[in-house]
Amino acid sequence: MATRQQAATSDVAADMTDRAFLQQQADSPRRERGTRVRRRRVRAAWLFLAPMLVVLAAVAGWPLVRTFWFSMTDASLSSLEGGQFIGLENYLVYDNGWYGIMADPMWWQSVWNTLYFTLVSVSLEAVLGVIVALVLNAHFRGRTLVRAAMLIPWAIPTVVSAKIWAWMLNDQFGIINHMLLGLGLIDAPLSWTADASLSMWAVIIVDVWKATPFVALLVLAALQMLPSDCYEAAKVDGIHPVRVFFRVTLPLIMPALLVAIIFRALDALRVFDVIYVLTSNAASTMTMSIYARQQLVEFQDVGYGSAASTLLFMIIALITVVYLYIGRRQLGGGS
Amino acid sequence: MAGVKLERVNKRFGSTRVIDDVSMAIGDGEFVVFVGPSGCGKSTLLRLIAGLESITNGDLLIDEQRVNNLTPQERGIGMVFQSYALYPHMSVYQNIAFGLKLAKTDKQTVDERVRQTARILQLDGLLERLPKALSGGQRQRVAIGRAMAREPKILLFDEPLSNLDAALRVQTRNEIAGLHKRLGSTMIYVTHDQVEAMTLADRIVVLNAGHVEQIGTPQELYERPASRFVAGFIGSPRMNFIHVEARTGNDRGCRINVPGVGERDLPQQLPADAVGERLELGVRPEHLHLTPAAQGEGVEVVNVEYLGSEAYLYLQMADGELLVCRTEAPSRFERGERVTLDFDADKVHLFDGEGRALPVADAARRSDRHSEQAPT
Amino acid sequence: MTLRTLKGIVLKIGFWLLVAVLMVYAIFPFYYALVTSLKPSSELFQVSYWVDSVDFSNYATVLSQPTFLAAIRNSVIVAVSVVLIALLLGLTAAWALGRVRFRGRTTVMMIVLGVSMFPQVAVLSGLFEVIRTLDLYNSPGGLILSYTIFTLPFTVWILTTFMRQLPDELEEAAIVDGASPWVTLTKVFMPLLWPAMATTGLLAFIAAWNEFLFALTFTLTDSQRTVPVAIALISGGSQYELPWGPIMAASVIVTVPLVVLVVIFQRRIVSGLTAGAVKG
Ligand SMILES: Nc1ncnc2c1ncn2[C@@H]1O[C@H](COP(=O)(O)OP(=O)(O)OP(=O)(O)O)[C@@H](O)[C@H]1O
Ligand SMILES: [Mg+2]
Repeated sequence: MATRQQAATSDVAADMTDRAFLQQQADSPRRERGTRVRRRRVRAAWLFLAPMLVVLAAVAGWPLVRTFWFSMTDASLSSLEGGQFIGLENYLVYDNGWYGIMADPMWWQSVWNTLYFTLVSVSLEAVLGVIVALVLNAHFRGRTLVRAAMLIPWAIPTVVSAKIWAWMLNDQFGIINHMLLGLGLIDAPLSWTADASLSMWAVIIVDVWKATPFVALLVLAALQMLPSDCYEAAKVDGIHPVRVFFRVTLPLIMPALLVAIIFRALDALRVFDVIYVLTSNAASTMTMSIYARQQLVEFQDVGYGSAASTLLFMIIALITVVYLYIGRRQLGGGS
Repeated sequence: MAGVKLERVNKRFGSTRVIDDVSMAIGDGEFVVFVGPSGCGKSTLLRLIAGLESITNGDLLIDEQRVNNLTPQERGIGMVFQSYALYPHMSVYQNIAFGLKLAKTDKQTVDERVRQTARILQLDGLLERLPKALSGGQRQRVAIGRAMAREPKILLFDEPLSNLDAALRVQTRNEIAGLHKRLGSTMIYVTHDQVEAMTLADRIVVLNAGHVEQIGTPQELYERPASRFVAGFIGSPRMNFIHVEARTGNDRGCRINVPGVGERDLPQQLPADAVGERLELGVRPEHLHLTPAAQGEGVEVVNVEYLGSEAYLYLQMADGELLVCRTEAPSRFERGERVTLDFDADKVHLFDGEGRALPVADAARRSDRHSEQAPT
Repeated sequence: MTLRTLKGIVLKIGFWLLVAVLMVYAIFPFYYALVTSLKPSSELFQVSYWVDSVDFSNYATVLSQPTFLAAIRNSVIVAVSVVLIALLLGLTAAWALGRVRFRGRTTVMMIVLGVSMFPQVAVLSGLFEVIRTLDLYNSPGGLILSYTIFTLPFTVWILTTFMRQLPDELEEAAIVDGASPWVTLTKVFMPLLWPAMATTGLLAFIAAWNEFLFALTFTLTDSQRTVPVAIALISGGSQYELPWGPIMAASVIVTVPLVVLVVIFQRRIVSGLTAGAVKG
């Protein structure tokens, strides 16, 4: 998951500069056509892009197409090529009762789990992220140290953080239970990862711990760009700081926060490793990615698993398209 | 022989025409300066010659060869950029040597050329420094060195002095002039500073909104501007323009009525059918003559600027126009005084409704005219 | 003491309390892993907040396992190769996308952006087939290839951002000097982009080092595992008696280099993560 976060972050950042850049371009357009130099550059541009495009086609484009295809076959892991075309039967088919993913309550459970996980963890990360960013934005001694500390959860591999938390949340010897017992908040140790009613929360706790720095960094970047004069104006007017935050700061950092939230949401929708390590294939925390991989690898049912992957892809693609559309609209009308 | 010839060169960006039918011929070894107001297309024209922009229409010839499709390097061009654009990670030596190495020059020649260039530009002691450890003037010289190291046939400068402070600008200007004498290569230089243009140029090209207003030596442009635009652009303080009315006119001269001055005979040819049209009279500040006037007559001196070696007097005309007069310092007149205006009829300019200068009748005809018109 | 100064003091104490809580929240889990890893297995099941006597037996256990050492070696090979490939391909692509205006540029940018949003699961079966066809299954090569799906897009994005910030006149100077695009890129731009490349490379390294799903799916034998998979798969006699000591020791071993890198290069990383979002 960490990997995806980083990818997401940089997209955000690059996307932001892209806007600034386009703006700048609009001011002093530099479009040439026709010179030798120019033609040579365009040819070189395609030549330079070619390796990247080939690699992306090999690892993303073609595999995606194949996944779509597999989802309409009955291929199995041991005989990928032996799959027969069966139309949409993997998705839904009537054969004295409904069969297929759409008729599988486990799939719907995993969709629900994914949405629930996404909503709760991203909300918590947004709130916490803003708080952390506000703290890091204040001027105090040791600020760099605190900022470095905040980066640690982000740097720890997801698998490792899941393991560490699994140990801390251990029902018998975990330090969390120990603390809660000591504080008198609970009477008996909780089995965080095994108890179906708690395990989702265990996953959320770990995810929030790990992903909050990401949100905080993006928000912090936005905070540092805020013009100081409107703060001074507010100060002069004697407006209460809390009001200033909601009236001035929050609207100004909203774009950055939204970008962070959307990328976090995209990450959360495809969550895999933290859950796999923490609770394995348990039904109470089964997400779409876990479900798809289980079908694909553990049950060796490539056709069915690919259909689940395809559905997951559709959902994320839809969200992405909506985001890009909104982003474009902002780009057009924002300035 | 590296002459540059532009034949009806056009440049469009999308639908906006930035360079409009520009033709000119620049001789080998000539120092030509492009001037004009901001946005008139000076840089664009220079970049067309350099090969950094493509020519939409027309021909560019270097040494009688069409080079529209050649790269800057193939054209034999060196260019000095406004921001210097030195390679920040390379030492002065490497900066100068970069182009030479790319041209596969052998090591020894590269070294010789770099050292020779450095000697000419007095960069000897700085060869191992990085650009960030140089002053503005030194960076400028490195930029020039880099451009000339490959011994290009043509050196192009785009406002090379605009990032320097005033004193350094004068000094570097002189150095560039010296360099031109020494190298003898063709140089094309863009500036919006007319002092630079006047002092450096063999010939000046005045551009306005993408077309050539006039090409000529500094003296020609100053003494015989082809248009009101050129007249107003060259010279500081600016030429004074006064609306006048033509009384008589023929191919030997004309008579005009100048408000506040009276009727005057001028050597400019004026077609008879243009009589009665409104014209503009252009008088340089140094060609205005002032004499004291009685209270209630003449025009008022509204301001006096003392500059040490000379003084500028500002006169308020009846129609509200402000005229500038250059006089010796200290000025004989003070603010608030009233003066009568006059000018040398031989040194003024007359512009028609479209801003074109009216041609001056030649001397023989003029004396003719005098004998004829004097009695009336 | 006026009410005002009292209020100031309370606010100040509150702020520092908040800072302290955040610090503990961020650092404690890793600290606790460290504490656990340094305890002898006999003390493992007594909760304590610090180590009384340092004991390295867990580390000895982990480091004496050939599979764990192989995993570290595999992770290093994979991560370093991925970084090099991503930087090389990313740099050339960034030049094209950042400095040349041509038709189709926006489309390419959208494709790159789109790929970075791919759920990895969506390509799992297709990629599995590709990797098997190329005979890269259960080898670092398969992982190197598959990791470009997430490292390449963000490398391209970040480098494009930095590439655009380089002045136009610099490139024009190079053109006038007779430099081809390749020479401009390698001789003029690359030396100026070292900081950006270091940042991007670091992010790509972390991403590749931490990846789990592909590593789990595209490797089969213990000798080909990467570190995250190795740690995830450490097991004891039964599910209920995981060897927590060695697991924590392994976790610390694979995390310490990252934490050190992150703390040293935190400025870099922050600027890379928010490249362009902050001015300057
Ligand atoms: N790439 C371009 N695309 C569109 N328009 C351009 C482009 N480059 C220049 N222009 C326009 O062409 C006109 C001339 O530009 P140019 O840079 O040549 O002016 P200039 O005379 O050098 O001005 P300055 O003295 O301010 O440098 C300007 O109106 C400018 O906006
Ligand atoms: Mg210009």
